[in-house]
Formats: sequence, C-alpha cells, structure tokens
Amino acid sequence: MSYMTNVTLEEVQHLATLSSLQLSDDEATSLSRDISNILDYINQLDELDTEGVEPTYQVTDLSNVWRDDVAVDSSVSREELLSLSKDQLDNQVKVPKVL
Amino acid sequence: MTINDILSSIEAGKMTARQAVEAALKKADETSEYAALLSLTSERALNRADEIDAKLEKGEDAGRLAGVPFVAKDNFLAFGAPTTAASKMLENFKAPLQATAVEKLEQAGAICIGKANLDAFAHGGSTENSAFGPTSNAHDKTRVAGGSSGGSAVATALDVVPFTLGSDTGGSIRQPASFNGVIGVKPTYGTVSRYGVVAMASSTDTVGCFAKSVDDAELVMEIMSGRDDKDMTTLGDVMDSAKAVKPVKKIGVISDFMNGDVDNEVLKITEAYVEKMKAAGYEVEPVSMPIIKHSLAMYYIIVPAEVSSNLARYDGVRYGHRAEGIKTLAELYGKSRDEGFVTENKRRIMIGSYVLSSGYFDAYYMKAQKARTKLIDKYKQLFESYDLLVSPTAPTPAFKLGATGDDPVQMYLADAMVVGPSLAGLPAISVPAGDTPDGLPVGVQLIGWRETDRSLFAVARKVEEVANDN
Repeated sequence: MSYMTNVTLEEVQHLATLSSLQLSDDEATSLSRDISNILDYINQLDELDTEGVEPTYQVTDLSNVWRDDVAVDSSVSREELLSLSKDQLDNQVKVPKVL
Repeated sequence: MTINDILSSIEAGKMTARQAVEAALKKADETSEYAALLSLTSERALNRADEIDAKLEKGEDAGRLAGVPFVAKDNFLAFGAPTTAASKMLENFKAPLQATAVEKLEQAGAICIGKANLDAFAHGGSTENSAFGPTSNAHDKTRVAGGSSGGSAVATALDVVPFTLGSDTGGSIRQPASFNGVIGVKPTYGTVSRYGVVAMASSTDTVGCFAKSVDDAELVMEIMSGRDDKDMTTLGDVMDSAKAVKPVKKIGVISDFMNGDVDNEVLKITEAYVEKMKAAGYEVEPVSMPIIKHSLAMYYIIVPAEVSSNLARYDGVRYGHRAEGIKTLAELYGKSRDEGFVTENKRRIMIGSYVLSSGYFDAYYMKAQKARTKLIDKYKQLFESYDLLVSPTAPTPAFKLGATGDDPVQMYLADAMVVGPSLAGLPAISVPAGDTPDGLPVGVQLIGWRETDRSLFAVARKVEEVANDN
C-alpha cells in the first residue's frame, strides 16, 4: 500500500532544526526520501479504530516509585565526570558563545 | 563450552579462571574476521581471573559464575575498554561506572573479556549500522549477523564465551539469536536493571542474554534480575526460583505469522517445532491475532519518539564527540550530532521529532499509544485461554549483507514478529529450531504473559529433552 507521502526538503530541514542536526544537503535529500517512505509505512495505522481507547505509556503499571529521601554518594567523582568533557575551565565545562 | 562445562572444569581443578579467560581471548582473536567484537578488556579480565583463582585456592566462595568469561554488547557501560555504542559519538567514551547487570555478573564471579558490535545506538536489525563496520553471520560470512545485538549473538555462536549480554528494545536479542542458532532471551519489561545501559526507548528497553543452553540462559537471567534503586522500572522477583509459575498446558501458534509472507523454510521448521511441542505433551492450536499486523507501525512511531528524547543528551558538551572549529553553541550541537550519529540514528531522531511535533502528535504518537493498548488487550485475552504463544522469530533466515540496500522500511520488516512482545512488556525467547537446507539456523519465538519468564525456559527445556529422547 502506498499513500505517497512526500516530505519536502524544507520540511526535512525543519525537522533537522527541531532535532539539533546540522545536515549536509546530500544527506537532507536522501533523508527526505527515507522519511517519506517510513511515514508511508506507519500511516497504515489509520486503518485501526482507536476511538475511545486510553493510551498506554508504561506497561507494568508502576508509577512514582520513590527511594528514601537520603543523599547517596555517587561512585563517580566530580573530577572524573569533568574529565569526560573536551574543554574545561575552573571546574566547569567550557562551550562556545551561546549567541 | 557451556557455563556448566567451565564451572565443573574449574571445580575439578582441571582449569583455572585465568585459563578460561585466556582461552576466550584466544578464541576472540582467532575469530576476529567475523568482527563480532569491538574491543577486548584483556588486562582487566586477566587480573580479575587471578583474583578469583586466589580466592578459590583459599577455599573462599568466589560466586556462582566464578571464572566464567562473558562479553557485553558495547552499549553496556563497563570498565577496561571504551563504551562506544558502535558510534563515532561515543568512540572514545570511557565509562566512569559499570552497568548494574555487569556489576551483578562480576559479583557472581563472571569475567567480562570484551565488548560486542551492534548497530550504532542499537538502531537496526543487521549490525550493518555499526559505525565500525558490520559483523558477519556465524554460519555464513556473506550474511548478516542480525541485530542490533549481532556481535553478541555471533560471539556466542562461535563459542568465544558461553554467554553474552544484549539489549532488546524491539527484537534486538531474539532476531540475531534466530539468525545465528543460539538462545536469545528478552525478559519481562523491568526484570533486569537498565542502569548503565545506553538508553534507546525507555518504555521497551530490556536487558537480556544469549547462550547455547536453556540452563545457562536461565542462570544468567536469574543472576542479573532484581530490583535496582537506580532503575525505578525494575520489578522485584521475576526470576526468583521461589516464585510460583503456573505450569504450561495450552499453547497458541500465532497463525498471522504462519502464511505466505513468511519464508517457506522458516514455516517448515516452525511447524516441525510445533510437532515437537505436541510430542512433549502440550496442547497446541492455531490462534488468530489480526491486530499484530499493525504492531510494526506502532513500534516505528513510539520508539523513534522515545529515541529522539533519549538521544537529545548527546550534544557534544559534557561527554561524547565534539565537533571542531565551532563558533556558536547551536553550531556545536548541530555539527557534533551530525558527525557523531549514523544515518539510521538521524532517521529515527527525525521521525521522532515529526510524530511528537504539534499538529502531528495526536495523529501519530497518541494514536500509536492507543493502538498499543488494543494490542496489549488482545494479548491479555489470548493469555486467558493459552499459557504460551509461539511464532517464528523472524520472517526469513539471515539475509545477505547489503540486501536491504538503503531502504529503511525493508530493514524494519525483519522485526515484524518481535516488536509485539516489546510493546506489551512480555517475556519472549528465541530458541534454535533447526537449519535450512543451506545450513542457516532458524529460531522459534516463545512468548509468555508478564512475569512468566520461568515458564518459557521450562517449555524450551522440555521440548529439547523430548526431541533428544526420540
């Protein structure tokens, strides 16, 4: 079955922006084809009547599982965590300017 | 060798833990052309083996798996080698902690000797999406390993180690198990802690294992399972031997997966397995599950949505790949993610962004979550009359490397039979059922209701025993 979904290059670039992905033009073009094909496939769900059905987000019905409100020391030190970052200054992670 | 072979050799003084580890490392080296492993943790593994040997020499308890080597899929955080998730994003990531599953196995004396290949971030069904190249099938090097836990399945099949760890979000353990002729276990959602495992889709991610015998697989699951304060979705005692489990009498074969869409050899082997089930004394009959044909569409809406959220953390800032020559923070995010993710990661993230974006949220994401309720209700209804469901694990045996081309939907179809239990949180295992005339293994999937994991092992064991006796 085909619904012939067509996701334009402009829409792909919008999705890339929403996803914080800076795509090359070539990849954006091939992704517009891929995403159209995937949407074509998942659109088959329209055939299923879900009127009045409640959604399921969590399958084992657990909700709000709390631990005791007691501070627990991490096995990982601040220095170890900081060392994972590529650029640091004065015990902080350094990034380029925001604007 | 099985876990029990190694344990009894060590117990009898015929082998040390160091020798067990050395043998595994040697086997890993001899089979390196399959590219099942991304790294070895040799130095750490040998040191641990020496510690265990010292304990055993003193007559101390070194654990239920003392000296048994294993391999973890490279999305499990573990010491001794980088944790890459087979991605450029985490290529140099040295885990500052270990996954709870790995910790529990180590506490029981098992020794992690290396990390297995996967589709980058576990996105895929063939291990061809690894940023470091594909793994070959253990039975035919021109074919895929399956995926996403392809490296783990192949390392088990090649007998590098007696068991390996995998993660299964929508078939990533069961399908490669089928393709390589080993047992693959996806437990009830919440059975094993996911703490320290690279998150993919939190509502279906599970931790499981590959092994060559039912006993080994069950033992490993027993050791890994249990409540963990660091993963609040964990359940208490799914694999507890004291847990009462209703014995299996009636089994339903999912007829929707026994038709012309399925490879003929797969059908024949599945039918033969069903006959063995009957010979083992089970009452087996076909059941119809029309909604199952929509499960893949539900999966490829819900999972990308969760993927887009879980993978937002890879921004090049605190850890992982950071692009060079960048002027602004927005550019840092965009470029680091573009360079660090493979195309399939990007597809899923963007599909996720699409189905969650305003205007499409109700039509896709909410619709799929409602459909999921209907799917679960159907399973629930079937499990009122049947104790177990059976189907092939995959519609085909392992396909050729490169066969799905660059069409993502063709690749997704390989998951058609395995995503249902994932969406419903059900336990499902793939057991080897036979080989095609070309020598390619085919697995059969056993599915139970939640927390009946032990029943699946019991049935697989009984069918195996009865078949061996005949």
